[in-house]
Amino acid sequence: MGNYIKLIALGGVTLFAAIGANWGRDVAYIVHAMIIMVVAAYMFVRVLRRMDAPAYATPDGYMDDVVRAGVIATSFWGVIGMLVGVVIAFQLAFPALNFEVLQPYGNFGRLRPLHTSAVIFAFGGNALIMSSFYIVQRTCGARLWGGNLAWFVFWGYNLFIILAATGYLLGATQSKEYAEPEWYVDIWLTIVWVAFLAVYLGTIFKRTEKHIYVANWFLLAFIVTVAMLHIVNNISIPVSIWGSKSVQVFSGVQDAMVQWWYGHNAVGFFLTAGFLGMMYYFVPKQAGRPVYSYKLSIIHFWALIFLYIWAGPHHLHYTALPDWAATLGMVFSIVLWMPSWGGMINGLMTLQGAWDKLRTDPILRMMVISLAFYGMSTFEGPMMSIKAVNSLSHYTDWTIGHVHSGALGWNGMITFAALYFLTPKLWGRAQMYSMSAINWHFWLATIGIILYAASMWVTGIMEGLMWREVDANGFLVNSFADTVSAKFPMYVVRGLGGVLYLTGAVIMSWNIFMTIRGGAKVTAPVGVPAE
Amino acid sequence: METTSVLSELADNWMLVAMFTLFVGAILWALRPGSKAVHQETANIPFRNEDHPPSANRKASSKNEEPQS
Repeated sequence: MGNYIKLIALGGVTLFAAIGANWGRDVAYIVHAMIIMVVAAYMFVRVLRRMDAPAYATPDGYMDDVVRAGVIATSFWGVIGMLVGVVIAFQLAFPALNFEVLQPYGNFGRLRPLHTSAVIFAFGGNALIMSSFYIVQRTCGARLWGGNLAWFVFWGYNLFIILAATGYLLGATQSKEYAEPEWYVDIWLTIVWVAFLAVYLGTIFKRTEKHIYVANWFLLAFIVTVAMLHIVNNISIPVSIWGSKSVQVFSGVQDAMVQWWYGHNAVGFFLTAGFLGMMYYFVPKQAGRPVYSYKLSIIHFWALIFLYIWAGPHHLHYTALPDWAATLGMVFSIVLWMPSWGGMINGLMTLQGAWDKLRTDPILRMMVISLAFYGMSTFEGPMMSIKAVNSLSHYTDWTIGHVHSGALGWNGMITFAALYFLTPKLWGRAQMYSMSAINWHFWLATIGIILYAASMWVTGIMEGLMWREVDANGFLVNSFADTVSAKFPMYVVRGLGGVLYLTGAVIMSWNIFMTIRGGAKVTAPVGVPAE
Repeated sequence: METTSVLSELADNWMLVAMFTLFVGAILWALRPGSKAVHQETANIPFRNEDHPPSANRKASSKNEEPQS
């Protein structure tokens, strides 16, 4: 019976997409209709061919094949997203790289959202989905709920990424930062996300452990809050059902406030709460000790949840937003210092009694540097939310530097560490193929981040100071173009930092590939073992 | 009164009190005396059931899999 419903639904989608491909009003919509048509038709045939297949009993082990697919997807999208990042970094330094033949698709304006979405949603999102599937099974002592629903989440999410990425290149965007995909892509993501929530909650409900481990709290908060943010920020009305263009329901400053309520909480719940869930599982596992203070982790959780949601208005200082709202955002951002640092200390102190492992274990070293960057960027962020500081930093490259010290340092490093932790476990190997390659990755990534962040601090503060410089008569001293040419050397340094970081990720992908293919090359860990 | 005034009145008073109480309550609950044993037990969850879910008879002996720390 279920298969017949599936066939009817898939057939309907295929037909609708075929009509859409014919009647579509814009290129992005037509291309998307074709993609959806092909996918739905393929699924139709697949379901049809398996109509008479006997139903197998559910195995009782953990469901790890979907996690394995997630590991591969994470490393793949990581390299793609970082590569696009390097390209646009050099486009900023050398505008000639916006090649005439590639216009308008290869323009900075279209590649930039491709980069941000590829690293945040494709790399980060796949990392979060695969590690939450891994963590929730282990900490609940239960197989994933919902059978193949987890596969639907994985493929559905990656289809969302394909639709989003091709949409940007073809010019479909609703111009909301980090929420660029148009209405039908948003609807698809909502469906996938609800399935994700169902799999996650279903697994928690059938757990064999009495208590719910703290990592699951963070991951659940991430799933629930992202659903809420996504739905509210994407309330829009399509101009036509045969076109990608839509109109936002909110307008003016309300729209801006909703957008940055979304935008900041995407940072707070996607890039922070979700990755903290990874941290609270992988750091204790790799260190071989339980988390330093479980009480502190609970306080960390509740403080983060209660405070983060109010911090969004600090993106709109000195705008049409009422002063009280901006001040509220600033105050809550500063209060966030406390839980963030509490969490960082909790993670770092988990190594108490195991600090010697830092000398021999490059994976643990990656976790520690990611926590250090978590601490650094959660210090820098509240500072930049202070109105006086923001009047200098806002709209400058300082913001870009801040985002990247968080994204490359905290999110990137903890994800790399998680991938190094998971790959040998999932493919039944003793350890990664090459431990010295992990060491290389660690140093390339760290030096890359330092080059990136330092150059953006210099260029950001310089730019801010140049913009506000006035002469004795009150006239602005610098034109905008003056700041652009002054920033050139720092842009080159930033691009080089990106190249180093990308190289590290490529080495990691090679290492993961070799591990999957055939086990460890070296048996002894690198470095000097502790006496 | 307009809806927005009613909502803002509500948010400024009762919701503020409710949220703050919930927040402080959650923290106090975590710090309550006697929570230590529960927390220690929960903190060790990652070190159990690493490779497979506990089967019915393995469940009773799962304590043994904890690391000695």
